[in-house]
Amino acid sequence: MERVNSACSKKIEMNIYSTISQNKWKTYLIMVLFVLFITTLTFVFAGALGENPLGLTGIALIFSGVMSLGSYYYSDKIVLATTGAHPVTEKENPNLYHTVENLAIGAGMPMPKLYIINDPSPNAFATGRDPKHAAVAVTTGIIEILSKAELEGVIAHELSHVKNFDTRLMAITAVLVGFVAILAELFMRNLWWGGSRRRDNENSDSRWQLILLVAGIILALLAPLVATLIQLAVSRKREFLADASGVLLTRYPEGLASALEKIAVDPRPVRSASNATAHLFIVNPFKQQTAKKWLTSLFNTHPPANERIKILRSM
Amino acid sequence: MNPLLIVLIIVGVAFFYFWMLYNSLISAKVRIQEALSHIDVQLKRRTDLIPNLIETVKGYAKHEKELLENITKARTSLMSAKTTHDKAEANNMLSDTLKSLFAVAENYPDLKANQNFGKLQDELSDTENKIAYSRQFYNSNVMDYNTKIALFPNSIVANMFGFKAAEFFEASDEERKPVKVSF
Repeated sequence: MERVNSACSKKIEMNIYSTISQNKWKTYLIMVLFVLFITTLTFVFAGALGENPLGLTGIALIFSGVMSLGSYYYSDKIVLATTGAHPVTEKENPNLYHTVENLAIGAGMPMPKLYIINDPSPNAFATGRDPKHAAVAVTTGIIEILSKAELEGVIAHELSHVKNFDTRLMAITAVLVGFVAILAELFMRNLWWGGSRRRDNENSDSRWQLILLVAGIILALLAPLVATLIQLAVSRKREFLADASGVLLTRYPEGLASALEKIAVDPRPVRSASNATAHLFIVNPFKQQTAKKWLTSLFNTHPPANERIKILRSM
Repeated sequence: MNPLLIVLIIVGVAFFYFWMLYNSLISAKVRIQEALSHIDVQLKRRTDLIPNLIETVKGYAKHEKELLENITKARTSLMSAKTTHDKAEANNMLSDTLKSLFAVAENYPDLKANQNFGKLQDELSDTENKIAYSRQFYNSNVMDYNTKIALFPNSIVANMFGFKAAEFFEASDEERKPVKVSF
């Protein structure tokens, strides 16, 4: 009996921890590639225009940073306002409150602010730039449909998003995506209105510049799309990571697995969700058929539910 | 000059590395202590609920004087326990007596119907969950710390400064036995 138990628990530990570390380094890898991508863009654009690369990037970065800073600091208030969530106290719903409170104790984080969204579609999300400023919201639908163990799995997943600083990471990627879009925009404008600088160069320089010019135009058209795809890839990895971290908290992967089954099967979309808030929910609130073909699947904010369930059940 | 400079740089980098390492071991150790004291917070919460529980039960189950006395004794020994080991023992004794109390309460329908008793039962059960979660968190911090000091080259720093492995919170042999439920 003893040996079987330790073998089983060892298998669980190996898979949870390896899933966690895999998704962490994959995130770093994607971010490094993202930065390299941006650096390449900068040099191509600047080279094509014959300009100093720093000036262009400085402007683009400042613009994007300022735009995203506000949304980062007020992300919880904005999201809660747009989804019509209202706060819930310990007295109003002691079961829900204690579930969240106890899981927060297990995770070693302060109790987040708790909200309920009046919506029959089962879903939940967490937001907040760090554990001290966190908020968790659940729909009335999810409280009804899920059992205690399943709800714990979902809440553990959401708390893990906060603990892993996913809001912060997604804010950074949003800055980078905006940065790329502005950079491409500035390049195209400069191309149209600028120009006198190009004619002064010698022959060999100007041929190189022509190549950069063509590359620059292609990149300027594709870069914003590529940046968005990178952002979505990061988002999917963080979802897997939150699943695994949540299991580390509850030590019961079946809870989250069967919760995901129930949520994915329910066809109702969350009424108050929007494109900007979709990635925060545990399952995409628009309930579209998660794209199966490789190309369209790159645009998913979340990995497909059956893949998540498969991984959870192998833990 | 050059080789000397290289050696100095290597020594400097190594020193810096071990300094950061030492600091991270200290942080890990303090986190364990904090997690341990957090368990105490939850335990205190439980002991605070006991007097109210005893008062409520007294009115309905006068014949269970011995059981009530056992609970009071267990509570007192938990409050006066100093070392982790004593605390764990006293805590187990309290858990056992509480389990007996709630089992015995099945024989007193008036007591079961009492709202106060029901609320206390819920609160005590929630506190048990909180104690379990805070122990889990303590254990995950211990695992972190124990792993850190065992890895190489961290073990060099650990041995130099006397960092020793911390104890996991473990269930007693009684608690590992399968639970018998009989009605």
